[in-house]
Amino acid sequence: MTKRSGPAAAFVAALKERGLTFVSGVPDSTLRSVFEQVLHDPEIRYVPAVREDVALGVASAAYFTGRLGLVLLQNSGLGNLVNGVTSFSLVYKIPCVLVVGWRGYGGPPGDAPEHWVMGVKTLGMLELLDLPYQILEPGDPRACLDRLLAAIRKRSVPGALIVRPGAIE
Amino acid sequence: MIARDEAINAIASQLDEDDLVITTAGMISREAFSVLDRPGNFYMLGSMGLASALGLGLALLVPRRRVFVLEGDGSALMSLGALPLIGAERPPNLVHVVLDNEAYESTGAQPSITTRVDLAAIGRSSGYRGAIGCEDQETLVEELARTRTDGGPRLLVVKTRLASARDVPRVSRSTMEIRDTFRRSVEART
Repeated sequence: MTKRSGPAAAFVAALKERGLTFVSGVPDSTLRSVFEQVLHDPEIRYVPAVREDVALGVASAAYFTGRLGLVLLQNSGLGNLVNGVTSFSLVYKIPCVLVVGWRGYGGPPGDAPEHWVMGVKTLGMLELLDLPYQILEPGDPRACLDRLLAAIRKRSVPGALIVRPGAIE
Repeated sequence: MIARDEAINAIASQLDEDDLVITTAGMISREAFSVLDRPGNFYMLGSMGLASALGLGLALLVPRRRVFVLEGDGSALMSLGALPLIGAERPPNLVHVVLDNEAYESTGAQPSITTRVDLAAIGRSSGYRGAIGCEDQETLVEELARTRTDGGPRLLVVKTRLASARDVPRVSRSTMEIRDTFRRSVEART
């Protein structure tokens, strides 16, 4: 049963208020409750991609219809996004919202070992690619989302909302 | 086998003004730019493998227009997972054309694995409504004509010859012009 209230419902409602209803992605446990909402919301079109770069391609199509696409992913998938971002999104200036679950947050010894490296490198990777980002903390997500959307629209590039564990549970 | 420019000409002859066309990195975009340049074309100069994903997104968002994806075998193999995704989403307006020259021609014609792998069979098992290999011009034109009446998604794997060293000019438009022209074309009739 999908919860109608709580942080994930509030987060998805905030996405919908901002017209972010064309969504693709690859599942992530940090975003489990967000996925639950998205998958059961008749107003959201979700395309279950097989890889994060494929999700970026699918979601980026929204730009050509005057909308903004959204990709849900785990930070480990940022690696799969690099070529799509550097040779498509940044070359054509196609904006897109990336909602990224932050596994390996805080570095070792928290979380599983496969997340340690990317957990520490996540923000550095976004900085290296010069992508705008915001870190989502627990609480009302709207101000954080609006700051990110302003940066995305200003530069017409993808931007990431980095969701730390516990921010949307 | 067909020459790539003949295959692209055959596709050009079957396009309506409303159709949207995504072309992939390398020689296919260059060839398409030189023989069938039109506002509804998006030349995807980099990001090898992403053309089919962008085409899928567009086909879902603009269901009343046909969306053609023109890519090479190397590009199709790179995002092979996009085939079952297209098959699962089943947009009826998507036509996926793989110009299969069994090589990475733009980088020096290194062989690809499609001499031994049947992409059309992968398309069929992935859930495309039709997936067929085309070895000659006639079959290609027939199959393209069929996309008007039969529902998609359809996959056409066209065996093409390696081109002779003909000098096909690069796409001369800037990426911003390519983007904005295409966007206006999408928005004009959506």
